[in-house]
Formats: sequence, C-alpha cells, structure tokens
Amino acid sequence: MMIIASDPLLSSDIGFSVVAIMLLKVVIAFALLMVSVMLVIWFERKIVADMHNRVGPSLAGPWGILQTLADGIKLFFKEDLLPERADRVVFRLAPYLSLVPAFLSFAIVPIGGDFTNGGDGTVSIFGHRTLLQVADPPVGILLFLALSSIAVYGVMLAGWSSGSKYPLLGSVRASAQMISYEAALGLSMATVFLFSGTLSTSGIVSGQATWNWNLVSTGFIPFIIFVIAGTAELNRPPFDLVEAEQELVGGFHTEYSSIRFALFFLAEFMNMITMSAIAVTLFLGGPNGPILIKQIAWVWPILWFFLKVMAFLFTFVWLRATLPRLRYDQLMDLGWKLLIPASLGWFLLIAALNIGEDRGWSTFLIVPIGLIVLSLAALLLNGAIKKAKDSSLHAADLSEISEGVDQ
Amino acid sequence: MSYLKGFLVTFRQIFQKRVTTPYPSQKRAKPERLHGRHVLGRYEDGMEKCIGCELCAGVCPANCIYVRGADNPIENPVSPGERYGFVYEINYLRCIHCDLCVEACPTGAITESKMFEFSFTNRNDAIYTREELLVDSESGKPKQLPWEDWREGEDLNTSGWLRATSPNGDASYEGQIAWSGDLGYGIRKAEIGQSDTETLEEEQ
Repeated sequence: MMIIASDPLLSSDIGFSVVAIMLLKVVIAFALLMVSVMLVIWFERKIVADMHNRVGPSLAGPWGILQTLADGIKLFFKEDLLPERADRVVFRLAPYLSLVPAFLSFAIVPIGGDFTNGGDGTVSIFGHRTLLQVADPPVGILLFLALSSIAVYGVMLAGWSSGSKYPLLGSVRASAQMISYEAALGLSMATVFLFSGTLSTSGIVSGQATWNWNLVSTGFIPFIIFVIAGTAELNRPPFDLVEAEQELVGGFHTEYSSIRFALFFLAEFMNMITMSAIAVTLFLGGPNGPILIKQIAWVWPILWFFLKVMAFLFTFVWLRATLPRLRYDQLMDLGWKLLIPASLGWFLLIAALNIGEDRGWSTFLIVPIGLIVLSLAALLLNGAIKKAKDSSLHAADLSEISEGVDQ
Repeated sequence: MSYLKGFLVTFRQIFQKRVTTPYPSQKRAKPERLHGRHVLGRYEDGMEKCIGCELCAGVCPANCIYVRGADNPIENPVSPGERYGFVYEINYLRCIHCDLCVEACPTGAITESKMFEFSFTNRNDAIYTREELLVDSESGKPKQLPWEDWREGEDLNTSGWLRATSPNGDASYEGQIAWSGDLGYGIRKAEIGQSDTETLEEEQ
C-alpha cells in the first residue's frame, strides 16, 4: 500500500467521522491562519511603532487591535482597478497564485501534540487519534519548498502582467532573489534532514523530543543561514528590494488595488507566519517543551509552539526596524558568494561526520581534514571571485577610457 | 559586532517615551501668537470696528479679502465712523495667514484667532462672510462655525492684544496700550514686551 500520510487518522478505514475530522482541521487551520495574520499585521505595526517612538494603530478596538479588520473592510469597498495594458487573465490570477501556496504550506506544520517521553504527537478527537496538523505527507518539508517556489510565480506574474515598468522591475528582482535564496534555504534544511533522517515534519519534531534541538545538533550555522535566507525568501527588510518604496513605488503590486492588493498583503504575512513555523519545526523542536501542569497537558505544546513562533515574528519586525535595505548587488553577493557556499560546506562537513560515525572513523581526523578541504575550497572560491571582480573592473576602466575618447 | 549594536538601539526605544500626540482627541497647546482664522472685532458698546477702508484688501498678498464700504445709516449707524464694512469676505482657500491685514487695519478691527483647524465640503463654505467673521454682538466671542474644531481657550486673545506692545512698529510705543477696548473684554493689558515694562514706567 502506498503511504500517503503518516497520520494515524488515515491508517484505518476512512469513514464519515474521519472526513469530518479532516474538514474540521482544515477549517480550524484556515480560521487560525486568517486571525493570526490579522493579529500579526497589528503586532508588526505596533512593535515597529514602539521602536520608532510612535504610538501605532490605536483607534480601532482596544489598542487598535482591529485595525487590520478595518483596513480589510476598507479595501473591500475600494474600486478594483485593472490597468489598460494589463494581461487581464494573468493579472487576476496572480494574487491567488501567491495566496494559495501561502495557505497550503501551513498545512504541514505540527502546531501541538506531545512528542516527549515516546509520545507520537497525536491527540484524541472523537475516538480517533490524529496529529495536530492538517496533513503529514512523507515528502513533508519538500512540499513547503515546492509551494514557496510556486509563490514566486504569483509575484513574478503579478509584476509581468501589470503592463507597467515598476511592477516589472520589482518582479524581476523578486524572481531572481527568491530563486537564489531558495538554494541556501534548501541546503540549510538538508543539514537538518541528515539528523532527522526524514522529511516528514512530525518525524523531524519527534526527533527533537529530548531537548536535542536541531539548532544545537546542526551547529547553529544552518539555523543562521536559514533565518537570513528565509528573510530574503519572504522579501522582508532588509531584503525587501522587491517592493523598495523609494525606487519602485510598491514593486510588483504597484498596480494592484482593492481586494487583490489585500490578497497579496495577506499572502505576505501568511508566508511570514509559515516561515517562522517552519523554522521552529526544523530547528527549535516545534511544539516540544516542558509540560508543567499535567491536568492541561495538551495546552503546553501549543503554547510552546506559539511562543517560539512569536519570537521569530518579533525578530522579523526587529530586523525591519533596525537594518537598512541592501543594495541589489550586495544581496546577490550575500546569497551566492556567502550563504550558498557556507551552507554547502557545512552540509558536507556534517555529512562527513555522519558517515564517519557509521564507518567508525575517528572524529579527530574527520574534522581537521574536512576543515582543510573546506578552507581550500573557500580559498579557491575567493580567488575566483577576486579574479572575476578584477577583470570586470578592468573592462569597466577600458570602456570608460573609450567613452572618454569618443567625447 | 557593531552590526548588532543597532539592534540594541531599536530595542531600547520600546521602553522610551512616545513623542506622538493622539491628535484629534488631544491637542498640543498652540503658540500665543499663532495666525489662525480672522475675527472682526466690536467696540465695547457693540459698534463694529471696521470702517470699510479696504486697506486690508489692498495689502493682502494673496488677494483673498474682498471689502466694500458703505455710508453708515444715519439713524442706526453700524460703526462709529463715517463708513462701515458693508461687504467683508475672506477666502480661506487663498489666505496664507500672513497677518498683514491685521497690521494694516487702522482701527484694529481685523485680528486673527488661533483657530486653524477647519475643513469645508464646498467652496462656498471656504469664503467667510462678514456675519461669520464678526464677533457675537452680545458676548464679543468669535462665532464658531459648524465645521470648525475649536477647543477651549482657542478663542482667547483674538483682539487688539495681537498687535503686540509696539504698534506701528515704533519702539517708543513699547509697553503702551494703543488700542481700543473690545466687546466682552474691555481694554486688554499690554503683554510684557521686548524690554521690561516696569523699568520703562520708572523712567517715565
């Protein structure tokens, strides 16, 4: 039998109650995501305002907590503009290409369940045991990577179909940026897979049940690379060149208005939540944490998960309030010349250690040899970069001279 | 490491004092001599100060004042002089609140209040007529129009007081009151001006 999911809910006969539970999970996940997006937008505006010594939204509801709702309603009633030179079909399609993957990728995140003391993370609902995640496909994290690749199409097509120059420039930047940082993102994830031995998210989480979080066992470097690449993948500051206001007005969504703009906005913040949740799942042990009061044991994993995600969300906001935007060549340099080689090198080192453990090689030998090989590779890379830079500078000098002669 | 210092800087701001005033519900105190919308004053007996001389209209750099004078009706005079301001209109879509009209006025009829927060929904409302600009004939207080956001104290110090301690720009007038009384306020004291008024009085 082909395994479509490791969720115990689907292992037995699929009857009406199982379908009902699945539907319930989908609805809860959808509602949870919508409400949390609403609150995250408010949270970001409030925290950024705090860091700017401002007040932030304060009029809609207590502490302005309903500001996003008010904005959403306002956007609903705005005129929906379609630029004359837009590609009508693609222009209408693009927001959904952005939104749907953002929704779907949250489905694989386990948001609760006790994985400690040999627990399999399942909870009991109506006599059925099930994981606290909408789906647990064996491909797990790969689904997330695939969906985030599809989301690139949303951004790219939105810019292209607008028939306007700023969105086009924004979308060109977006596709280049998201594709190049996905490599570093994937490589840092691969290091986690070496430890967990599985792609399934619940498997990764249960592998970290005894405080052996992947953050420590992979040696911090993949985590740091993941956070940087994730921030770039989300097009959030300091990597928000896609919608750099000073240069591109609004970037890919310049021509969008009304509810279609709201969909992009929604997708952006949903991706932010999902990226935080994935980072928590991969590196910080997901919902794992001490269960303090046994009577409400099921609450604690959810609470720990929530707190960990909040820490990430705060970090994203903090980054926005602190760092100035990178120049485009700096962005590409960071991605291709630093993050990808570093994550690849670290991945190889960890892989060598793992194989060495299996074969009984001495760790004291593997680490120095590995480091020597890697530093040699780094030297070669540096040399190549330097050579390329010199020759391009030389070419620039030559062209300047010839221009001078022309004048 | 200096890269991380910035994070501390932004984090520290969270606990610091906010600089924002939640504007419509809470206003910052306005400067004493803020140039807001105009007010046409009355004498203590209720007579209008404006004599329809059109000097304000002549001096106005934005051409926003329109005045037409007319002879006072003999049995029921509007102002103590020969003529009075029959038509008096200020277009607030043009006014730049430079206060030159206040300086030009020979009777101190036109002054400015501190009131500047008004928004109209049509162009006719932007043109304030004589009836709207004139202070109330009973209390001598400026009239508040429905679209004006006027808080307590913003209608104070609207009359001759505005012309400072040195009217006509002559320093020898400093500290001396050279304006007429206002309905509801009487003759206002001079503000303590550029030099100490007490020493001035001692010299005299």
